[in-house]
Amino acid sequence: MKRRLAIACLASLTQLSLADTIYVSNEKDDTLSVIDSDTLEVINTIEVGMRPRGIIFNQDYTHLYICASDSDAVQVMDVATGRIIHNLPSGEDPEQFALHTDNRRLYVANEDDAVVTVVDTQKRTVVAQIDVGVEPEGMAVSPDGKWVINTSETTNMLHWIDASSNELIDNTLVGQRPRHVEFSKDGSLLWASSEIGGTVSIVDVDSRRIIKDISFRILGVHRDKVQPVGIKLTDNGKYAFVALGPSNHVAVIDAKTYEVIDYLLVGRRVWQLAFANNQKLLFTTNGVSGDVSVIDTDDLKVIKTLRVGRYPWGLAVKP
Amino acid sequence: MFAINPLRAAREVGNTYLARDRFTRVREWVAGVVSYLIAGTICAQAMPVNILYVQEVPAEPPGIPAVFTRAEDEGVAGARLGIEDSNTTGRFLRHDYSLHVVSNTEPNALFDAALSWKKQHNGVVIADVGDALLRNLMRNESMDVVINVGSATDNWRSSQCQTGLLHTLPSNAMLADALAQYLTYRRWDQVLAVSGKGAADKAILVAYKRAAKRFGLKILDTREWTFTTDLRRAAQQEVAQFTRLKNYDVVLVADAANQFGFYLPYNTYLPRPVVGTHGLTPSAWHVSVEQWGAIQLQNRFREEVGRDMRAKDYAAWVAVRAVSEAVTRTSENTPETLYNYMMSDSFELAAFKGRKLTFRQYNGQLRQPIPVAHPHGLVTQSPQDGFLHQVTELDTLGYDKPEVSCDMETTL
Repeated sequence: MKRRLAIACLASLTQLSLADTIYVSNEKDDTLSVIDSDTLEVINTIEVGMRPRGIIFNQDYTHLYICASDSDAVQVMDVATGRIIHNLPSGEDPEQFALHTDNRRLYVANEDDAVVTVVDTQKRTVVAQIDVGVEPEGMAVSPDGKWVINTSETTNMLHWIDASSNELIDNTLVGQRPRHVEFSKDGSLLWASSEIGGTVSIVDVDSRRIIKDISFRILGVHRDKVQPVGIKLTDNGKYAFVALGPSNHVAVIDAKTYEVIDYLLVGRRVWQLAFANNQKLLFTTNGVSGDVSVIDTDDLKVIKTLRVGRYPWGLAVKP
Repeated sequence: MFAINPLRAAREVGNTYLARDRFTRVREWVAGVVSYLIAGTICAQAMPVNILYVQEVPAEPPGIPAVFTRAEDEGVAGARLGIEDSNTTGRFLRHDYSLHVVSNTEPNALFDAALSWKKQHNGVVIADVGDALLRNLMRNESMDVVINVGSATDNWRSSQCQTGLLHTLPSNAMLADALAQYLTYRRWDQVLAVSGKGAADKAILVAYKRAAKRFGLKILDTREWTFTTDLRRAAQQEVAQFTRLKNYDVVLVADAANQFGFYLPYNTYLPRPVVGTHGLTPSAWHVSVEQWGAIQLQNRFREEVGRDMRAKDYAAWVAVRAVSEAVTRTSENTPETLYNYMMSDSFELAAFKGRKLTFRQYNGQLRQPIPVAHPHGLVTQSPQDGFLHQVTELDTLGYDKPEVSCDMETTL
């Protein structure tokens, strides 16, 4: 009853202004599920290339870039029609990527090839390939556009790429199997999750050194099953949310004190996260259970779970 | 795509110069010259990490069908890939890994080769050898740190474990426990056991008997395979008779050298699964393991070696990666420091099995989940849910601390 009330309240709130559209890539279905953040229903399913994982919008939300890993391509979808309009050269097995603040350069992690490929999305050409560690995975661009960060899962490093020269400048050694990196809004800190290490490292961007390692402890779950992957930070600097993989929980961290405040139970093997409705909602992809959980970021409560395709992986949100 | 293919070609010939479009090629040429000049001063400071791989190649017993013969580079290929993966990290940290392989059918020749290498290099030794040679090597004082990837014998992990000796290959007991847990989970607890006559077959059988006792399986009868004729055309009649019994849930086979186990599936008297060394098999690694990013390792291996990765390849790959993880975290290359780190609480290794791997400080065995698979697919991975342990469920596989009776130091 309480939950229904919460959803009803939320629905009435969102009707006023903020209905977002959430795109979810389904790795084993070769589709995208489209969710309306107002009704919290799946409103469309779109067929795309093979094994879609990372997805990201361009700045005006007219194009959606899709890492179709097994098609060895980054596909470009016209958002208005839902059609794939062309492919970008991406290197082999693209998994995650980040769009530079110039809205033009796409930095793609090529998992099988130990390189990061830089793609010009307008000319549709490869601008550069940068050698990084084994199994490059997470990608992020700093808010000022200066740094591009890549994580390599087997080399256990964050690679610092200078976006102006596309040269690798430095490496920061982190815990086992780094998966995801996220800059703080002001660009001074970098949060990096280590899946097998079970930690989240907070790195000072100026010194490129780790200033804090956060570890997690969930009652009744063996610590080896606490495997951090996706990270999202609220713009107001209040919370960090971390998806903890097969522990089926999302950690809520006080982004100032770095203390873990709460663990929220979601679907199985929670992977990536995305905010919607002005960060009032947080969506999670739950790979094994094939669903998406919706978290209210004010109450820190899970308010709904929606079935999507098989192995939901990435999320992208269009206002 | 055209921008990518030349890159791959360049990579395959081991060239560090990557062919790209003309503009970047010129820029890289300049960069290359500069780095070549710098290399003269910097590469001189790269820290060498030497690893020796000792491979004893035993004569294969007769009767093994040609398609099942061992790959000559089994194990070695895994170590080589481990070196390559580690050098990618090493490139950023200026650690230079190299592998030296000595391979022979003659244990004495290998013993001498290993000792003479040790005289010249202060490095870790990976031993892919029989128990006799391993015993001889461990008796020699210069063999300070040895990682066993060739012997699954349980004694090394229960009564003969010793300081300086680590194991990345799972023991017979770990494999047997992994399968027994799954049989218990399925309640396939009535077992007909079939074993060969060899010592290795018997060792596997002993491990299964121990597992049966631990997890509540009942071995109804144990039959020894004594056929000396080639059964190929008669298996249909003979195996059915051989496995005749009123009832059982599974036929458990212990055939270490792959001499007869392949006759059993689909030929048993009762229509029941075959498990053990054939049929449903526990193993350190299997081609069907894809989860937790394992597909990347499988792909890399297949691309480099041209065949599927096997259990010993995985054990050797993990051995090199464990050394490399210790080098990365300590910035040291002496076996002593590396051993101390690998046996410490700080050590943890991501190795595509869904959780971190660590060494058991009481016997030097690498803790690891065990895939249980049939030839064409993964069925499950043990430990099974519900088999609890006060420290880690991974220690429900193999000899646990209270069962181990040897003095093992975690520092050298």
